[in-house]
Amino acid sequence: MEKIYSHPKSLRNLSTHYCPGCGHGIAHRLIAEVVDELGIREKVIAIAPVGCAVIAYDYWDFDCSEAAHGRALAVATAIKRVRQDNIVFTYQGDGDLAAIGTNETIHAANRGENVCVFFINNAVYGMTGGQMAPTTLLNQKTSTTIKGRDAGLHGYPLKISEMLALLPGVKYIERTSLHSPPEIIKTKKAINKAFLNQIEGVGFSLVEILSPCPTYWGMAPKASLDWIRDTMSKEFPLGRIK
Amino acid sequence: MPKIIIDRDKCKGCLLCVSFCPKKLISKDRGLNKKGLNPVKFSDKSGCLGCALCAIICPDCCIEVYK
Ligand SMILES: Cc1ncc(C[n+]2csc(CCOP(=O)(O)OP(=O)(O)O)c2C)c(N)n1
Ligand code: SF4
Ligand code: SF4
Ligand code: SF4
Ligand SMILES: [Mg+2]
Repeated sequence: MEKIYSHPKSLRNLSTHYCPGCGHGIAHRLIAEVVDELGIREKVIAIAPVGCAVIAYDYWDFDCSEAAHGRALAVATAIKRVRQDNIVFTYQGDGDLAAIGTNETIHAANRGENVCVFFINNAVYGMTGGQMAPTTLLNQKTSTTIKGRDAGLHGYPLKISEMLALLPGVKYIERTSLHSPPEIIKTKKAINKAFLNQIEGVGFSLVEILSPCPTYWGMAPKASLDWIRDTMSKEFPLGRIK
Repeated sequence: MPKIIIDRDKCKGCLLCVSFCPKKLISKDRGLNKKGLNPVKFSDKSGCLGCALCAIICPDCCIEVYK
């Protein structure tokens, strides 16, 4: 009998601090699997965000840096420009990438930095207690939109991936989801494509990953996945954006 | 016969593997693990397809699959 599925080498065999059913664990594993399969473990440098994934550097078994909240793409720019042989990626939540870090995100994309971005959209600020994020859906209840997000008061869900796709410096954007095994496999393919783009010098590549936050959605883990399938992916359609 | 091995003490009992196993071979363990949570167990060892859907969905990388 052969072992056909186990722990990737690039992911330490630790128990994470994530809540049961949290998508961050799946996303970390997929990145680690692709790093192993491409044989780039000695070359890769991750930039961890501020958010629930702030200690991702404790979980990945390759080089990592931390950035101040929202500044991951500024740090990635610096590292990639001085160490062009390394493979550099950021891992950022919706609050990190599309609220406090909007400026850094847009300008790194517009400069066409040859880096990868893995953007974890869970439609809330997880780490700080489930507040509204730029990507919170209309009518979605969060700790700061207790009656649901209201367009008149809070604005609309921000489609930052579609906005970034307008920039000529951006070469690849795809939106994927973690709500089922087939979607997880598609997410892994998109991560693989983003890394290959960087290796081949194609340029700025971003994968937006719809990811469950059962705790602050107030749902059981399976119900969270169903909510992505039935509701969240209607607002944030899956597939290639650029 | 394909089989899985679950890391009982790493498991957080989210039950996603239970939902996605097409053969319904995984179930909640009524005992507690070191975390003080109810993990899951490979309760029915016959008929495993080795499809790895349980391992692919597991957010905590607790499942090894053998085929
Ligand atoms: C400069 C600064 N401002 C605010 C915060 C507080 N803060 C920490 S994480 C976070 C938002 C996290 O949300 P997101 O990026 O979506 O990550 P998630 O936890 O949902 O994965 C905020 C506002 C901070 N740490 N630093
Ligand atoms: S609060 Fe949400 S995003 Fe943060 S670890 Fe828990 S489930 Fe995951
Ligand atoms: S490998 Fe497939 S059939 Fe076997 S326990 Fe996992 S999901 Fe069920
Ligand atoms: S998916 Fe993983 S963490 Fe969740 S119950 Fe199954 S083995 Fe445990
Ligand atoms: Mg978030």
